[in-house]
Amino acid sequence: MTNNTDTAAATSTTALLAKIAKDGLWKNNPALVQLLGLCPLLGVSSSVVNALGLGIATMLVVMGSNIAVSLIRHQVTDAIRLPVFVMIIASFTTCIELLMQAYTYELYRILGIFIPLIVTNCIILGRADAFASRNSVLPAAFDGFMMGSGFAVILLLLGAMRELIGQGTLFSGMDLLLGPIAADWTITVFPNYKQFLFAILPPGAFVFMGFLIAIKNIIDRRMEERNKQRQPTEPKESRRVRVTGNI
Amino acid sequence: MSDDQIPLKDATQNSASVKNAVFTSIIRNSFGLGLFAVFTVGLISITWILTQEKIQTQVRAYEARALMEILPQKTHDNVLVDSKTTLEPSRLLSSQTTTEAYVALNNGEVSAVILPVIAPDGYNGRIDLLVGIKRDGSLAGVRAVTHKETPGLGDKINTNVSDWILSFAGKSLNQPTAEGWSVKKDGGDFDQFTGATITPRAVVAAVHRALTYFETHQKHLLNPRNIQQHSISEEPSHDQ
Repeated sequence: MTNNTDTAAATSTTALLAKIAKDGLWKNNPALVQLLGLCPLLGVSSSVVNALGLGIATMLVVMGSNIAVSLIRHQVTDAIRLPVFVMIIASFTTCIELLMQAYTYELYRILGIFIPLIVTNCIILGRADAFASRNSVLPAAFDGFMMGSGFAVILLLLGAMRELIGQGTLFSGMDLLLGPIAADWTITVFPNYKQFLFAILPPGAFVFMGFLIAIKNIIDRRMEERNKQRQPTEPKESRRVRVTGNI
Repeated sequence: MSDDQIPLKDATQNSASVKNAVFTSIIRNSFGLGLFAVFTVGLISITWILTQEKIQTQVRAYEARALMEILPQKTHDNVLVDSKTTLEPSRLLSSQTTTEAYVALNNGEVSAVILPVIAPDGYNGRIDLLVGIKRDGSLAGVRAVTHKETPGLGDKINTNVSDWILSFAGKSLNQPTAEGWSVKKDGGDFDQFTGATITPRAVVAAVHRALTYFETHQKHLLNPRNIQQHSISEEPSHDQ
């Protein structure tokens, strides 16, 4: 009996974690679907190194605030819930800012204003309120990690596209973040490339962002169609009940 | 429990208890908020204490790197970051408060100074420059420290984007002549960038003003006694 419930609990935990991962990275991606945090997304994605720097910083803040919020979720009354969350997020962001200043100073100078602005990134307060305040620590931390990753991946994709088309390079200046080992990582894809300003400036970011959303929608539709095609071959009664999660 | 016969008394009792409940909840909530404020401030303080020293060394290292680019170590025998002289606010430097110049010494004699200069009229606001001027009034070098110029256009003043700003080295107040101290589009000697004239125009004008400042304040700048030694590092400071 106990064994049974244990395995049931284990499978439900894995199922929950899988769902969290799928939500964060694809189905409910904070950047592509929820369209949250657009200001830093469009502002900082002009090169891979900037994107990676802000992506990691945001992910750390989301994770940290999710864990903290989940830990205190029974102690905080509804009335002071939001101010407490904001305080937690602001202090995590300040800590990350100090750490970046101490260990990646040059990158800190480049990302500048966008680091303190992590506080206002709606992804973080959104996850704290919608997920972490209702779940235990492990799923909350995992949700923060996955949502942060989902955001960081899109940030990186945009950064790579804009750097490639805007400057004709990839991974330039990675040593700002990763130290001297990364000094010669720069890949010059198009030698003697004349800069394409549109890709570097914010309007280019909007257009590329649009492309990414369109691509996601196309993939989603393809998958849906494939599922529909598969369905009629299944026996009639199983169509009604889809509680198993296997499609 | 409520009693139908004395509704008045009951009502007062009720309102009193409601008042009490509101009061308790206010106290509890503010106490909770205060507690969290203490926690978060504590977290930040600990991080600050742990990172403070490292941040200061980083800032200094960054500063020192920029200074060393303008004046390599072989041109002086003191620690540039630690040898500063205070400058009064000046229209020529576009400074509104006192600023500090770095002074390079060689055998007890000032061999060059590095002035902090602001070009207030960049395309996106002010451009902070460091202008190195040798004892003889010629430029040792110019570097842009912070600016918000458009990436791809105005950011060619950065050394990692283009070599443009290196072209100042060796120039002085009379070489080129006053007419030459502007971009080619305005009839001067300095190249502008394709698509961006405002940024180089601002930088050229600011460097020219800095040279004028050097000429008028030469006496103060070249007197080694005006140097204040700052040292936050534990190493023994260099003798004066």
